[in-house]
Amino acid sequence: MPVTENWKPTIVAFCCNWCSYAGADLAGSSRLAYPADVKIIKVPCSCRVNPMFILRAFEKGADGVILCGCHPGDCHYSTGNYYARRRMTLLFSMLDYLGVEDGRTRVEWVSAAEGVKFSETMNSFVEKVRALGPNVRLGDLRCKN
Amino acid sequence: MQELIVRAKELLASGQVARVLGWKKGEHSYDPEVAFFNDAESLQDFVYDGFCGANLSKYMIEASKLEGKTLVFLKPCDSYSFVQLMKEHRVDREKAYIIGVGCWGKLDVRKLGAEGILDVEIAGDVLKVSSLYGDSEVAYKDAMLERCHVCKGKEHKVFDETLLESADTVDLDRFAEVERIEAMSPEEKFAYFQSELSKCIRCNACRNVCPACSCRKCVFDSTAFNSEQKANTTSFEEKMFHIIRAFHVAGRCTDCGECSRVCPQGIPLHLFNRKFIKDINRLYGEYQAGADLEEKAPLTSFQTDDAEPGADRR
Repeated sequence: MPVTENWKPTIVAFCCNWCSYAGADLAGSSRLAYPADVKIIKVPCSCRVNPMFILRAFEKGADGVILCGCHPGDCHYSTGNYYARRRMTLLFSMLDYLGVEDGRTRVEWVSAAEGVKFSETMNSFVEKVRALGPNVRLGDLRCKN
Repeated sequence: MQELIVRAKELLASGQVARVLGWKKGEHSYDPEVAFFNDAESLQDFVYDGFCGANLSKYMIEASKLEGKTLVFLKPCDSYSFVQLMKEHRVDREKAYIIGVGCWGKLDVRKLGAEGILDVEIAGDVLKVSSLYGDSEVAYKDAMLERCHVCKGKEHKVFDETLLESADTVDLDRFAEVERIEAMSPEEKFAYFQSELSKCIRCNACRNVCPACSCRKCVFDSTAFNSEQKANTTSFEEKMFHIIRAFHVAGRCTDCGECSRVCPQGIPLHLFNRKFIKDINRLYGEYQAGADLEEKAPLTSFQTDDAEPGADRR
């Protein structure tokens, strides 16, 4: 895909129902701007995000994937985000190993009160992915090009 | 080898075991296969030599359901898989009589450097290969499987008795290849995996042989898996097979290297598992799956001060 001035990245954001999705809500009701390129998918808990969800997002053409959840220690289900943190650490490290740049994956903890953080996080993430350009890898890990 | 057969016959005769799980002569001298032996007579086909790389632990899942005990021969690295399967309640320790057999490195037919091989004679440190195109000699060490060069150790993690002496085979750094790839640029990394994984024919041999891939229901099999993330309803499964499989066994893979051994296309599949192992060791403390029954698995436990994803790479 040729990169033009107007190219907009496709960003998938998995947000947990209890903190980050409410944080996104707050960002909206506070009229804080974040790029419309971010597609939010609400999940019950960050721990609900099966690594396959991330892979599927990339396969379907996402240029960046971000996972947002409650701050460690604040999980609605007590410990979900701790498990999610380990899984995503390993998965993102593996994606980096396969050649998917680090800037395309991120985990950020956003509470329901952090509308500003949500907006800033999305802005900086989209900026980073835009700088990296379209994701040409991982559409097919068995690698037809 | 003879002492293994003698001991197996004794145990069969005394009724302590109902059958023997071991390796049987194949069509050629270099392709023994896994087999059950039900009586002393059938044991004449039993072999144990450098080509018996097959890990027998996984076969004990089925053997655990049979009547009576099964005598199983486990090499040191296979015993890790057996302990891991015990931990996951897939094998029954009571149904197994384990003879830990010594190991001095197992061989990779592909490293013999010959085609149309008719026979291989193991003569001490030298392999005498005769093929359709002539005879050659290869040093035993040069034809060893990659996993033997980075052996976890020659100590059996579970056994009832041990037979035969082991010999040390380690002469490479286990994570050197992973580090070499990590140091590449994203373009180079992808190019490397693209060239390797494009060889994959999805024969599923790596999954079928893997002791960690022993789920009763596998996401790669069932079209009625009853979960939204089912991998196999679209080409998604085809495309992401290796990474999904590697993640499913992350923290449970003992690094037995069977996946790479059986791959008909010679893809170094262990590099996926070993990357996860390296990260787990670095971030969550040294962990060897199958080393003991009690230790908590890294992906089913956590610390409140774990590293943040990607923190070390930013």
